[in-house]
Amino acid sequence: MNEFIGSMDITAKGCNLYYGDFHALKDINIEIPEKQVTALIGPSGCGKSTFLKIFNRMNDLVEGCRMEGEYRIGGVDIFDKETDVNVLRKNVGMVFQKPNPFPMSIYDNIAFAPRTVGITKRSELDEIVERSLRRASIWDEVKDRLRKNALGMSGGQQQRLCIARSLAASPKVLLMDEPTSALDPISTGKIEELMEELKKDLTIVIVTHNMQQATRIADKTAFFLLGELVEYGNTDDIFTSPRDERTERYITGRFG
Amino acid sequence: MRKLYSALKYVCIACLAISLIALVAVVAYVLINGIGNLSFNLVFGEYKPDAPTLLPALVGTLELVAIAAIIAVPIGIASAIFLVEYTNNKGKFVKIVGIATETLAGIPSIVYGLFGYLIFVVAFGWGYSLLGGAITLAIMILPTIVRSTQESLLSVQGGLREGAYALGTSKVRTIFKIVLPSAAGGIVTAIILAIGRVVSESAVLILTIGMVVNKVPETLMAPGTSLALDIYYFANHGRPDEAAATAVVLLILVMLLNLLAGWIGNLIKKSTYGDAK
Repeated sequence: MNEFIGSMDITAKGCNLYYGDFHALKDINIEIPEKQVTALIGPSGCGKSTFLKIFNRMNDLVEGCRMEGEYRIGGVDIFDKETDVNVLRKNVGMVFQKPNPFPMSIYDNIAFAPRTVGITKRSELDEIVERSLRRASIWDEVKDRLRKNALGMSGGQQQRLCIARSLAASPKVLLMDEPTSALDPISTGKIEELMEELKKDLTIVIVTHNMQQATRIADKTAFFLLGELVEYGNTDDIFTSPRDERTERYITGRFG
Repeated sequence: MRKLYSALKYVCIACLAISLIALVAVVAYVLINGIGNLSFNLVFGEYKPDAPTLLPALVGTLELVAIAAIIAVPIGIASAIFLVEYTNNKGKFVKIVGIATETLAGIPSIVYGLFGYLIFVVAFGWGYSLLGGAITLAIMILPTIVRSTQESLLSVQGGLREGAYALGTSKVRTIFKIVLPSAAGGIVTAIILAIGRVVSESAVLILTIGMVVNKVPETLMAPGTSLALDIYYFANHGRPDEAAATAVVLLILVMLLNLLAGWIGNLIKKSTYGDAK
């Protein structure tokens, strides 16, 4: 069985993805460095989210989805027969566009992943829950109501809870699919600060529609257009001196 | 135009009144005729030819409900889980099963009764038996349980499943820990309503359990009776008072079941979703 140990950089080589006849991703090659924030930007429907979901194999659940290419995280081929998809997903957490807390208590939400791997000792679970909530900087807000239903929280809190829930599985990579698009600016700010903290230990890949957000948080930025990776590089370079004309037109708001 | 609209409103009110009057009339008529004839001995006493009681019917009804539920509930829920969680509720197979369950749910119960009679009473040679009746009832309520469980499962937000899978949760664990608890309110309500149908069914039972009203069944293979059958029997044997009293008991039972369904459904919803929603 393949384990995820060592560095957590992500590589995709010759990535092609089809939904039925539709060629959704076209020959993408990318190397994403570990312990940095990499933003995927581009207009709607250009394949950013699809590309993101390759790395925790969520596309496996999509009917009629077909893929070519080689995908590695920390050197491990994630589509290898020796790679257990559930082990992969424990190591590669995901935060979705719409907060999706489970309809159970805050505590049980966080304890869900550890319980899945068989941790049942109360003291151990308590510790994981507190640590995860602290890392998602939401501990102080919820520590007095851990037994309350998570659906009673505000949207921004729910999203940080979902981040904490992912962290409780001790992932090494965090994929974020427009995590702040449904949130108000204050909640968005909190999550951006949080990412700054988290990247000390985690490789973060974020899909965002918000270019200001990319400039604020991302070390690297990749620009997608119609299923192609148009340009990829340091965020500063992409936004100040893009090499491709299409990138320039997009970041200056002239299309997309 | 405005006149027409307000006229429409009054037509609707009149129709509503007719429905309410019909309902109230039935319930009131049953209660007025029946309550005076109710007595402890009639319901729980020992059956004597000159003083018939409902004890055999009570025992029979409880046994029928228990066996039918034990058979139909797990099979129904498991079928629905397969259809929704393992086939994504799409494809030709699911469509065919959907048409089949809908058709089965719409078949008159006497047809199920005939089926039960031909299979259990005749072909299996069991004669009239509670077990044969209960299995027939289980088959009858199965499509309803499958349909309503399917709907409850489909109403669980897809985001929850995705969220669980993204944590490296297996499909089985996702179903049992996330999907089923979220759908439990609707499923339990459906089960209790199905039990209500078992309690009030008569056509199936006439052909399968034999309407033996004077003896508490000793085994499941014995013939027996149910509350609904007793009404039919008493009304047909010159005992309208007993028939009316039995109707009261049955009415109260079905009403309680409906209340219970709503109450448990809400309770589960509250415990799953908390104060939110």
